[in-house]
Amino acid sequence: MSDVLDRVKRIVVDRLGADEAEVTLEASFKDDLGADSLDVVELVMELEDEFDLEISDEDAEKITTVGEVVNYIQSHT
Amino acid sequence: MSKILVGQNALVTGASRGIGRSIALALAEAGANVAVNYAGNEAAAAQVVSEIEALGVKAYAVKAHVGNSGQFDEMVKGALDAWGRLDILVNNAGITRDNLIMRMKEEEFDDVIETNLKGVFNGIKAVTRPMLKQRSGRIINISSVLGVLGNVGQANYVAAKAGVIGLTKSSARELGSRGITVNCIAPGFIETDMTDQLSDELRQGMLGNIPLARLGQPEEIAQVVVFLASNSASYMTGQTLHVDGGMYM
Repeated sequence: MSDVLDRVKRIVVDRLGADEAEVTLEASFKDDLGADSLDVVELVMELEDEFDLEISDEDAEKITTVGEVVNYIQSHT
Repeated sequence: MSKILVGQNALVTGASRGIGRSIALALAEAGANVAVNYAGNEAAAAQVVSEIEALGVKAYAVKAHVGNSGQFDEMVKGALDAWGRLDILVNNAGITRDNLIMRMKEEEFDDVIETNLKGVFNGIKAVTRPMLKQRSGRIINISSVLGVLGNVGQANYVAAKAGVIGLTKSSARELGSRGITVNCIAPGFIETDMTDQLSDELRQGMLGNIPLARLGQPEEIAQVVVFLASNSASYMTGQTLHVDGGMYM
């Protein structure tokens, strides 16, 4: 869990320029971390590379918070 | 021609003949490696590839129907596998199925929309991911003066070509913040197999509407593609350049 969260955090901080303290499990990419739609698409692309998995467009659309990403990755790797 | 595109990799659709062939050759002359897409004419595509290789850059032919998204994705993947990155996509492939609206069959309408409009969408979508990662890319779509003026007997072609202009604008807005530019060229009447089919009467009538009083050469479109692909056009996106001897102004 912590490993996945750390790796997700690092990517989110790097990609969105967010403060690490803001990247909590509850944080919404768009509402709390200042991401626009294209940022989220890019984030998903980078997560796919980092965790070597493919996130379908349908699933990607449902992901709105850091916690949802972490859960998704844990249940798919 | 100065080598302003050295080290860049390009994919040109419908590049076995006509305007696409000239575009592929001009990009190669400017120093780019070129993937030559074709739909049916393998021999012509092979000929273009050997002409490009003679210019000292890399090239290969790749068969794909641009209207099929799976085939377009495969084609882009192939270019990435071969070269590692793709810098320039020219969506040029196009067909005609002319008929008056009253007589136009549904398939004639659909076929033209599929290749000329959906083919451009498929191309943009296929390169978006790699170009987003690169934080750079040049997409150049070939529309037509007819997409702006309209034409009798070409409702399908005109609708598709007008659609390409809108698609260019939308994708330019979506991708601009990531260093990807999307521009469009609307050629007028260019000497190719496509315009060779026109009757002499139609030709004469056309010439009267062209201030430069002649048909264009494919090279005159290709040079504008090279410009849009080059660094000289770095601050242009979402634009349609009318290269038509002044037909539309």
